[in-house]
Amino acid sequence: MTAGADSPLLEVRNLAMHFPVTEGVVLSRKIGDVKAVDGVDFTIGRGETLGLVGESGCGKTTTGRCILRLEKPTAGQILFDGQDISHMGRKDLVGLRRRMQVIFQDPYSSLNPRMKVGDIVGEPIKVHGVEPDARKRDLRVRELLSVCGLDAKFADRYPHEMSGGQRQRVGIARALALDPEFIVCDEAVSALDVSIQAQIVNLLEDLRERFNLTYLFIAHDLSVVRHLCQRVAVMYLGRIVEMAAVDELFDNPLHPYTQALLAAVPIPDPRVEATRDFRPAPGEVPSPINPPSGCVFHPRCPMAVENCMRARPVLRELRPGHWVACSEAN
Amino acid sequence: MSALLDVRNLRTEFRTGAGLVRAVDGVSYTVDPGETVAIVGESGSGKSVSALSVLRLIADPPGRITGGQIVFDGRDLLSLSAAEMRQIRGRDIGMVFQEPMTSLNPVLTIGRQITEVLEAHQDADRAAAERRALELLELVGIADAPRRLRQYPHQLSGGMRQRVMIAVALACNPKLIIADEPTTALDVTIQAQILELMKSLTLKLNVALIVITHNLGVVARYAHRVNVMYAGRIVESGPADAIYHDPRHPYTIALLKSVPRLDQPRRARLDPVEGQPPDLTRLDGGCAFRPRCRFAVEQCAQSIPPLAASGEAGHLAACFRSAELGAAAQTTVQAAE
Repeated sequence: MTAGADSPLLEVRNLAMHFPVTEGVVLSRKIGDVKAVDGVDFTIGRGETLGLVGESGCGKTTTGRCILRLEKPTAGQILFDGQDISHMGRKDLVGLRRRMQVIFQDPYSSLNPRMKVGDIVGEPIKVHGVEPDARKRDLRVRELLSVCGLDAKFADRYPHEMSGGQRQRVGIARALALDPEFIVCDEAVSALDVSIQAQIVNLLEDLRERFNLTYLFIAHDLSVVRHLCQRVAVMYLGRIVEMAAVDELFDNPLHPYTQALLAAVPIPDPRVEATRDFRPAPGEVPSPINPPSGCVFHPRCPMAVENCMRARPVLRELRPGHWVACSEAN
Repeated sequence: MSALLDVRNLRTEFRTGAGLVRAVDGVSYTVDPGETVAIVGESGSGKSVSALSVLRLIADPPGRITGGQIVFDGRDLLSLSAAEMRQIRGRDIGMVFQEPMTSLNPVLTIGRQITEVLEAHQDADRAAAERRALELLELVGIADAPRRLRQYPHQLSGGMRQRVMIAVALACNPKLIIADEPTTALDVTIQAQILELMKSLTLKLNVALIVITHNLGVVARYAHRVNVMYAGRIVESGPADAIYHDPRHPYTIALLKSVPRLDQPRRARLDPVEGQPPDLTRLDGGCAFRPRCRFAVEQCAQSIPPLAASGEAGHLAACFRSAELGAAAQTTVQAAE
């Protein structure tokens, strides 16, 4: 069962992922839940790149892991190409994994140090039985490496012989090995040096065009997200607080948290910085075990009124395509 | 005004399995009293090692400071005994490291980590030290300080731990604080809080600050002067405004161009620095940036360009073509206008 070409490739409905917090070793009992993801809705169109931003602990990575079905969500639906995959069994997932892949943050720990680069990139092809012939597989690996800007000679090297940027290219080649439609990029450029980051961002853009890829781009660096994504969702404490087309979100942020986040990013220009009035948001992200009542941002929010402590704001479409979960925004 | 810190021709080497690495290869810079100086560079550029060398915190083996002078407040730190150096660290020069998780002692209370410094350096008695610790925690903006003093590092958030690190660094009224990537491990809203705190405290207490970072935005917001490092050397040095608006080294120019900026229209494509970072075990006698440089000429392979005056007073660049680059930059600006 597949949906039509104009329907979204991915649709996430009311997704929740709660991790139990237990106490005791022998007679362990549950004392609470970490609500890592707590009711998240969004869609990603075919060929679109959605940015998912937020600070550590906001649930952006867990959302990505649920979509990849590396976690089994507590509640909600994940429709991939029209099919609900949120409760799919192991066997069906194998087929799904050919269609969705992931690029991880750390090119040092996400590649097996004992495997040669050629074997790392060739492994998914082998595991999924796409190309049983070793020689043809080898050719395919070399082609993938060159697509990712690496010389074919790297196939015989080990990860430790390569720089961080080159390793990340290997991670990308591996993600492409099965011709996926959808790739979750989880902080894929965050660990890289500034001068290398732009190379990888450009590569991701080239690949998106060349292979008609759809990305979920999870990141905390707002300037990279703005460059690469068409739409952006901002998460805070397990919920989406704002979602809009990229220019709309960055030019006209409506949620106080998004505003605080954007204000906190220093601009690499001393003249601009000298003219910016700057007051960082007070306080810190509260614990997801015991989140604040009502709007989870209210203890840090400059706009909070009494009602924010009681009612949890829902996402409202304040402008076309611009969704905000704040009762005071308009 | 004489400089508070004058680093002259500093060399620090590491003996590694792959060969000798000159992590810091003839670095000179100064820091004036109360001034904030940034050292910018990517991993492996030697920015952290150059600052740790000032504190003589280089593990030997494998590392060794092999040359140069570090004149702090009129004394050459490299000629001091280990005991004398211990007196300087934490008393005259405070330190803030990247990872507040690992740089605090997990088995000591927050209060003890601060009073320990005071007792070691100022002969303070326990009661006086505890009063001062409370004062310091309030100074760095920790709410509910009396309770926090009795807590352990794991009970605090990352941002709060970094505030404690700053309190420890400030405990003995130092003249200089060295902060090595102080906010890299923190979230962006917490990063902003910590940086604002460091800025206001250094101003209020007239403490000089060396901030080591790879984040060009952080530098723009906080530094008076900037040293850009590449492959163990300072390739450009000058007032922050000159570095950002009239860069004279191809690496600085490329670095500034490669980062997307929130205050500018979105670009169709980023302009990366091509190539890979240098392998420090395989440097030759030429400019280390040469393989990635758009402006490289034959001369660049023959000798390492010295750091020389270029542009306005106090602006230095280590490039044979820096004069042309400045002029070229100006014509582009004019063309754009």
